[in-house]
Amino acid sequence: MIVSVAMDSDVEAARPWVEEASPTFITLVDQEHRLSALYNMVNVPQAVWIDEAGRIVRPTESGGSIDILREFDPALGGFPEEAQARAGKAKETYLGAVRDWAINGSNSQFAFSPEEVQAHLEPMGADQAMAHTKFRLGFELAAQGKKEEAERVFAECRELHPDSWNIFRQTTEKLDIGIAAGEAFWEKVMSLGDKAYYKSIDMDGL
Amino acid sequence: MTTVVHEHGRFSVDSSAAGALWASAGTVRDELGWELKPEGFCKDEICVPVPPGRTAEFVDGDAINLAALWQHLGKPLAASDATDVWSLGESADDHNAALTSLAAPDFELPDFKGRLNQLSDFRRKRVLLITWASW
Repeated sequence: MIVSVAMDSDVEAARPWVEEASPTFITLVDQEHRLSALYNMVNVPQAVWIDEAGRIVRPTESGGSIDILREFDPALGGFPEEAQARAGKAKETYLGAVRDWAINGSNSQFAFSPEEVQAHLEPMGADQAMAHTKFRLGFELAAQGKKEEAERVFAECRELHPDSWNIFRQTTEKLDIGIAAGEAFWEKVMSLGDKAYYKSIDMDGL
Repeated sequence: MTTVVHEHGRFSVDSSAAGALWASAGTVRDELGWELKPEGFCKDEICVPVPPGRTAEFVDGDAINLAALWQHLGKPLAASDATDVWSLGESADDHNAALTSLAAPDFELPDFKGRLNQLSDFRRKRVLLITWASW
């Protein structure tokens, strides 16, 4: 089964997307980004495969999205066709693996062994744990209308956990269409250097 | 009224001041799972002794100072300027140990109609947990 979770502090910002898609699967909303702390998530989409016994068989990874962001072409107002095709193919490949696991379970070649899961875990550091803690404080302050103090707390979160796009995009300025893809976002993307926006997925064909 | 937010929910306590967050032992047990026993503060199979001679920092009658306890446990905590909102986090080590155990960390979140769902409700099924966002 699919459990999709909107990492949205503002439920109403996410609601139109859910209504438009009217999904047949469970769709939850995580206003305080609890999953970021519990599963060490830094972006969306992120996927975790959990077996029938509640054990992780693929830890947090990009849910089929590949790192094409820096191929965005302002002249096109979008991505070049070749990059779009590459991203589409990657999504298909990832979905194919999900389907294979849904049918074959632990016999699926895409389900990791316990040792493989452990080898793919990214350890969290103290600053990141504090960033998640302060994010929940900032959320509560914002909910109580203390916007200024909330903004200050969120700025601390961004400094404590600079790799978290969940924190950055949730707490920085949005375009009119609700997407955090303004100047600050692109500046941060362009300063990634060797780092990936979406870390590559360890899967055949990706 | 002071609001305490943590990784799995929130609750209220009557009062707090800088550096102190007093809550009744029952609240601490029910909300966070920590209990004061003869061997120290305990949750599940873990017990952490109260430092000798410093009991007054942690316990006052039926009340427990959560700020002192959280610091003693090495867990992150943060408070608002007016100390009327506190956030109690879990440490990086605790998160890392939880994931290394391979047991998927449980959580309870609402759907878009406000109905609560818990991950552990879906045992015996394979779950693809997948996040997205409007932003």
